[in-house]
Amino acid sequence: MIKTTGLTKKFNEHLAVDRLDLDIPPGEVFGFLGPNGAGKTTTVRMLTCLICPTAGQAEVAGYKVGQDDQAIRQRVGILTETPGLYDRLTAWRNLLIYADLYEVDNGPKQIEKYLKLLDLWDRRNDTAGSFSKGMRQKLAIARSLLHEPEVLFLDEPTSGLDPEASKIVRDFIINLKGEGRTIFICTHNLNEASHLCDRVGLFRTQLRVLDTPAALQKGKGGRQVVFHLADAAENLPRYQNALVAMDEVNHVDIQNNKLLIRLDNPEQDNPAIIRTLVNEGAHLQFVGEVRHSLEDVYLQLMREAGHDA
Amino acid sequence: MHKIKTIILKEWAEVFKNRMVLFTVAFLPLLFLAIPQFSLQSLASMEASDTEMEEMIELARVCQQGADLTPMECAESYMLELFIVLFMILPVAIPVTIAAYSVVGEKTSKSLEPLLATPITTTQLLLGKGIAAITPAVVMTWLVYGVHVGISYFRVSPAAWGTLLDPLWLVAVFILGPLLTWMTVTIALMVSSRVSDPRVAEQLTSLVVVPIVLLMIGQTTGLFLLSRELILIAAIVIAVVDVILTYFCIQLFQRETILTRWN
Repeated sequence: MIKTTGLTKKFNEHLAVDRLDLDIPPGEVFGFLGPNGAGKTTTVRMLTCLICPTAGQAEVAGYKVGQDDQAIRQRVGILTETPGLYDRLTAWRNLLIYADLYEVDNGPKQIEKYLKLLDLWDRRNDTAGSFSKGMRQKLAIARSLLHEPEVLFLDEPTSGLDPEASKIVRDFIINLKGEGRTIFICTHNLNEASHLCDRVGLFRTQLRVLDTPAALQKGKGGRQVVFHLADAAENLPRYQNALVAMDEVNHVDIQNNKLLIRLDNPEQDNPAIIRTLVNEGAHLQFVGEVRHSLEDVYLQLMREAGHDA
Repeated sequence: MHKIKTIILKEWAEVFKNRMVLFTVAFLPLLFLAIPQFSLQSLASMEASDTEMEEMIELARVCQQGADLTPMECAESYMLELFIVLFMILPVAIPVTIAAYSVVGEKTSKSLEPLLATPITTTQLLLGKGIAAITPAVVMTWLVYGVHVGISYFRVSPAAWGTLLDPLWLVAVFILGPLLTWMTVTIALMVSSRVSDPRVAEQLTSLVVVPIVLLMIGQTTGLFLLSRELILIAAIVIAVVDVILTYFCIQLFQRETILTRWN
């Protein structure tokens, strides 16, 4: 549904997006993660035909960016970083303008549908300027969906919202996911990405990594298991040496009185590890798996990207 | 056409929610209606022996050469002609600030990006904004001119009143005026799509009105008078200029520059 090959954008000498290759199938919710200034919004603007790529190709909903721009605009919905509503106009009027611009069949019915879905129906005759931040965001989401787009671009959909409003928006996105739309979410809310997205791409000018949230959380070098020991610190290097010699073990770190061991298959390998430690005289207190948050993975990768840059 | 109409209605809905804009659209035409009526009142109260009246009649005679009019009819006719130019420039003055704000205003309120993401063409967008800016001013001017013609019917001689329905002046008010207005609106839209601050747009576009104000001063002070030929030539030239400016206005509207340079 979205396919890019070597997509690049330069603003004078500044390289904003560098050779981006993506292939997002229909119905996928894709999270585009990166820090501020990483080039996420620039990418969305290229894919929604607001700006032209400097190099490379992109296809959205089967149409080529730069050649079929009007067709693409008709088939995508976009929630921009700021809602960009007409504050003096009512919620209804705001949506009616866009229903007309997208030439929506039976616009008023579509407007009613989305105002009701987003719990704004009772406020339809109030001006957008009188709305709270969360309501403005919901109204902007309704606007992006009026024409039932095949692809939906959401740029920081919960940015600046309170937890309740964020949850409402997230739940709504989950509902949209159920409808089979392709959704491209730009965010730096990693918790959100891990809950909503089928795959995430960590991006900083270049695409650093692309995988499912679960695979990213698993991290490089396998899963990590922690062994808490009731031993003197000077004994731990000895245990480390014994473990490193084992084929199953990828890596061992010492942290205070703990051993952090990377394994491909802890369920299978843990008994052998425990036997080795007991044979070495270790006093084992507790064993558990360390679950990396997406945030850990993100920070690590962004640090690496920073060093690369 | 449907999308142009949507933009026009959107612009009106936004602009006229602001009462100050509504006030300026209504105030200036009423002021321009009052000025000639006040001058006609002054003329009527002058005595034939007044030096000013004598000078006025003399100037009017020169200007109305060949017309079979009494001295008073001549003076009235001359005065009406002097002020017709007001109705020509009236629609120019009103929409310039509306047009100047229309693009940069949307940019600063962040509503431009979602609008440009819709399948609207640049031509549709700019035509919608331009027509939305000029229509209230032009319609208001025509209405006020109608009122002016109506009131003058009871205040001046039939011979002088006929001046107001002279095809030349009707061309000036109903064709040249709107053409001049479109010219200034396209310039205002060009400025609005090239600057990043609404105040700069308004300051720059206010300069557009200066030549037209000078024209009005020249006409009302008797420095020169617009002739039939001059009005017709001006209408044709301005129509051509309008087409060229509209083309450039569309070409200069660079979506990418507008969205990225102004951040």
